[in-house]
Amino acid sequence: MKQIVCLKVTPKLEQIKFDEQKKTIVREGVENEINDADKNALEAALKLKDAAGGSVVVLSMGPPSFEPFLKLAIAMGADDAVLLSDRAFAGADTYATSRVLAAGIQKLAPFDIVYCGEASVDGSTEQVPPSVAGWLGISHVSYVSQLSVVGEKVRARREITDGHEVVDAKTPVLVSVQLGCNSPRFPDFRRKRWAEKEFKLTVFSMQDLGFVPADVGLEGSHTEVTGLSRMRSPERRREFIEGTEEEIVKRLGQIVNGARVGELVRN
Amino acid sequence: MNSSGGVFVFVEQTDGVVEESSLEVLGKGREIADKLGVCVTGAILGEGIQDMAELCSHMGAHTVLAADSPLLKNFTAEAYTEVIAGMVKIRDPDMLLIGATHNGTALAGMLAVRLGAGLMAHVVDLEIEEGTGALLGSVPGFGGGIVAVCRCKKGRPQMATVRTGVFKLPEPTEKGGSVEPFPVGLKPEDIRCEVVERKVERGTSVSKAERVVIAGLGCKENLALPRELAAVTGSAFGVSRPLADKGLASKNLVVGSTGSSLNAKFALVVGVSGAAHFTSGLRSVETVVAVNSDPSAEIFKHADYCVVGDASKVVPRLIAEVAKPGGSGA
Repeated sequence: MKQIVCLKVTPKLEQIKFDEQKKTIVREGVENEINDADKNALEAALKLKDAAGGSVVVLSMGPPSFEPFLKLAIAMGADDAVLLSDRAFAGADTYATSRVLAAGIQKLAPFDIVYCGEASVDGSTEQVPPSVAGWLGISHVSYVSQLSVVGEKVRARREITDGHEVVDAKTPVLVSVQLGCNSPRFPDFRRKRWAEKEFKLTVFSMQDLGFVPADVGLEGSHTEVTGLSRMRSPERRREFIEGTEEEIVKRLGQIVNGARVGELVRN
Repeated sequence: MNSSGGVFVFVEQTDGVVEESSLEVLGKGREIADKLGVCVTGAILGEGIQDMAELCSHMGAHTVLAADSPLLKNFTAEAYTEVIAGMVKIRDPDMLLIGATHNGTALAGMLAVRLGAGLMAHVVDLEIEEGTGALLGSVPGFGGGIVAVCRCKKGRPQMATVRTGVFKLPEPTEKGGSVEPFPVGLKPEDIRCEVVERKVERGTSVSKAERVVIAGLGCKENLALPRELAAVTGSAFGVSRPLADKGLASKNLVVGSTGSSLNAKFALVVGVSGAAHFTSGLRSVETVVAVNSDPSAEIFKHADYCVVGDASKVVPRLIAEVAKPGGSGA
């Protein structure tokens, strides 16, 4: 069984700042990491490989500086890694991103299961996985928390509004994996050393994937950002309730009960 | 009014129940359509959906396209994409709106590629640009603290998924629109995913509740107490995202940019630090009370009443206080 895992390298959220004057995101000096949910996706693929054999290839779109993160995935147990890298890919929205990822995946065909994390921590659009499936013309099972192979099919538990369902999908299929549904393994020390010293990453450029600049990056995007702003929050009273524990709880009780009987007036 | 063009809204249903988020979107779609002087088309897919189609025709849709087929009984992204792409080809809408539920999100991404359309994800607001009439969507990113105002620059229709709870449910109208059956050309072999089990428990959604108690990591994984507090105060129960990620609560209870926005009169937030992706879900709450052991916690900037204290101590005392006969209890 051949499995492909899409990985995104994302900035550490807590280090991101917003430049109020320029209305831009300050990325300088921000550390990167493999997107959380994508690590869960990789773990899900490695688990299936442990059980059923086959291979796992990781795939990412980004600058050459992403190489160490792909090597980390190799150290965790992936067999091969591919980086889709070209200056022309910069500034892509979900449309252009998913198009490039799908072309990279197609280069690795045939395959049985493609994985994505359910969402990225920075964009959080959740649109890349279904869009990649759309380009590939394969089915997509989203928000998957458990995965197994049953005969010729992949059985997946997915979360839906107010509940869950279990779906049997024919391969090839794309699954997007829920954040936190498993515990990603640690990199293996010997594999890590091997990955750093000897492993050769495969890199595909725009030309390798058969695209022209109008297909990819900012130019190939179908949406544009007209402005950024900080999410406005309503003004709050910000009154600290003080006193002895008893007094605090009593006051809190009054506020809660006021709300319960609809007497609470906000000023 | 022309029947082509206009606003197209996907109405999601599961086992015969229409998702509220779809009706919210239908209401907002109608508001936009009225502003532009165009029509709203609702699309509903499933098996035995006539009643739900009728309902949608009273909730803002001028026309409801009803695709009724056993092959559409369960949501599958490919089959739903196929049918809706067919509807879009005929109606040629300017805008296509979808509630950002799990199924809605999975549909939107595949459909956008199929239609060659631009897609704005999880918008928390929709507006029409002066002069151009283009659809502007407010898209939260980077943990929800920053909003990007986006528009579609290429392709057609302009697409957006809409976060649950940001728009109000429309009032049903006495006079309904028309319901038109839509022929389904799918074959059984087109369904590549089979649903073998489904379990749904519908309660009052956190986004619709009048009062909500929300627990965070500060509750130290012991959610029995905040749940009890919710019960004794007649509140719905919600959580911050990390508790759901740890598997301690259902994802449907998550408040914030990856969950629901609240519309409550009152929210009691216990042990939540207050990251932007969480507090973005509190914007429409009338009164927020926060309990946190850290006096400098970010959540206190988003609260009307602030209590510095350990959740595991404050919550049981508050339960006793609220339940106390003749005390401050009601």
